[in-house]
Amino acid sequence: MASDAPPPEPVPDSATPATPAHPTTAQFVEVQESAEFAELRRTYRSFAFPLTVAFIAWYLLYVLLSNYAGGFMGTKVFGNINVALILGLAQFVTTFLIAWIYSRHAARRLDPGAQAIKSRMEADA
Amino acid sequence: MSHPVALMSGPVEVPLQLAAAGDASEHRPLIITLFGLFVVATLVITVWAGRQTKSASDFYAGGRQFTGFQNGLAVSGDYMSAASFLGIAGAIALFGYDGFLYSIGFLVAWLVALLLVAEPLRNSGRYTMGDVLAYRMRQRPVRTAAGTSTIVVSIFYLLAQMAGAGVLVSLLLGITSDAGKIAIVALVGLLMIVYVTIGGMKGTTWVQMVKAVLLIAGTLLITFLILLKFHFNLSDLLGSAASNSGKGAAFLEPGLKYGATATSKLDFISLGIALVLGTAGLPHILIRFYTVPTAKAARKSVIWAIGIIGAFYLMTIVLGFGAAALLKPGDIIASNKAGNTAAPLAALEIGGGAGSTGGAILLAVISAVAFATILAVVAGLTLASSSSFAHDIYANVIRKGEATEQEEVRAARWATVAIGVVSIALGALARDLNVAGLVALAFAVAASANLPTILYSLFWKRFTTQGALWSIYGGLASSVLLVLFSPVVSGKPTSMFPGVDFHFFPLENPGLISIPLGFLLGWLGTVLSKEEPDKGKYAELEVKSLTGTGAH
Repeated sequence: MASDAPPPEPVPDSATPATPAHPTTAQFVEVQESAEFAELRRTYRSFAFPLTVAFIAWYLLYVLLSNYAGGFMGTKVFGNINVALILGLAQFVTTFLIAWIYSRHAARRLDPGAQAIKSRMEADA
Repeated sequence: MSHPVALMSGPVEVPLQLAAAGDASEHRPLIITLFGLFVVATLVITVWAGRQTKSASDFYAGGRQFTGFQNGLAVSGDYMSAASFLGIAGAIALFGYDGFLYSIGFLVAWLVALLLVAEPLRNSGRYTMGDVLAYRMRQRPVRTAAGTSTIVVSIFYLLAQMAGAGVLVSLLLGITSDAGKIAIVALVGLLMIVYVTIGGMKGTTWVQMVKAVLLIAGTLLITFLILLKFHFNLSDLLGSAASNSGKGAAFLEPGLKYGATATSKLDFISLGIALVLGTAGLPHILIRFYTVPTAKAARKSVIWAIGIIGAFYLMTIVLGFGAAALLKPGDIIASNKAGNTAAPLAALEIGGGAGSTGGAILLAVISAVAFATILAVVAGLTLASSSSFAHDIYANVIRKGEATEQEEVRAARWATVAIGVVSIALGALARDLNVAGLVALAFAVAASANLPTILYSLFWKRFTTQGALWSIYGGLASSVLLVLFSPVVSGKPTSMFPGVDFHFFPLENPGLISIPLGFLLGWLGTVLSKEEPDKGKYAELEVKSLTGTGAH
């Protein structure tokens, strides 16, 4: 409602964006086109995208095997533990593993580059 | 959150009480005492959190000061519903291996959130999923679409939880009357309104954290006792479960639940895809990432959530097979056809059986945990839908960004009351319908309407407003319509309306069709649109999402 006077001093997080030091669109475009940012994007995408395809494919393989390869899945490996249970538990293991690998990758290869760009942009703004 | 599992696997039965295990009323005082303790403790937390809730950022995002670990706990508390606790254990107890299949999809799904969604969302949004979807688009149409989709997903989910709560709690307390069930639905609805209107995101987050700790502790205790009984030999446990179930080795193999026909197999694939792609599009999960200060903390939350949720699902395997090994299959079904009470029954049995003090205590503990679980999940869902109404629709569409912070939060509180009242009414009306299929629908809508739009927005330079609208509305409409004309709603004894038959879509889960359609429509809407994408806005979104520059 336009009749209300706009808040004189926008509280942080009011309806209008008021974060500390927000760079201009031109600055964002410039950074987006920089080699440094392209490298960061490549490092992120070349890791996250293929890994996503891989774990979804691995999960779908498991779903399809459960559906259409009952005999194979029922093969007992030791005691009452069969292939189905081992593959199911393997999905848990790979999930934990991928989470760990990604967080290590992000901490080592993504965070420093991201932080450098952020600090510079916010200082420039 | 609620997992479709048991809640969707059978009609909502007439509660039979825990008849097989003795008269439920003998456990009632203890169960009610523990319920009461939880309610009092969470109300105290809510009032405390409410005193600290001043700005919009406090109300929507809990002040963004939670740590990665705290939020990881809260995310787990938001995600693990009574259906995943009681439902998966029950499904395993009845169908063996096929019950376990669900938990894998629910867990693997978190990798999508971790790798593609959590961090960029945290960096580029403020309060809602709509913030990210509308960032580079024309605000009003995309905010309207995002708000619609958020509210539809959350309300379907909420309804399933409310109706499920009525059934479960009446089952655990041995309440059979209609008035009693309606009273429970009303109580759950009232509590969730109080949590959200007073405590906002801060209060809701703490309730979810407390619930996650209780759920893990309760499950750990029962798991330990069951393993102790089988001398920590998993193979023995599985063997006893298989022979006691009367189904032999087949009990430990895939197929008992989904292997019946070619259609049921396709349905399983459809469900599997919806589960794995739906989680990262569930608004009530997404807004949790705004409660931490940085993308790094959002990443840590997901890592903790994967650890906690994964450990929990591993324990449900022991719980489910333990129930199958310890109880007579007839007793599980007699208590609840979908197996929802298998875990409480197993707790009673492992504590010493009906009439024993140990059994009574464990049963009460598990029942109280189930109640806590329901409350924490419905609070998260209510918050997600009222936030989206206030921030996306009221502030940005109706008021065109002119509303003050106070007006926005006031709108969110009123929306909470309205959504709560509507859910109580619908939950009470639907108490004898099998509305649990709505949860699978919520996942399918999240995967068909929300996820494609989120991914295109974040990663596809050319994506346009028309593409966003086509993917949201197309994914939403196709999944809702396909479910409407599926056996979930009509045509089968297990349908919501078993008396009529207007179904023509054979699968219960629409994901197999609607998810590819959502992605396709997003692409098609974009390539066919006349407008040019806003390059400057995309530069902002992309740089922000990867670096956190200027993040709220």
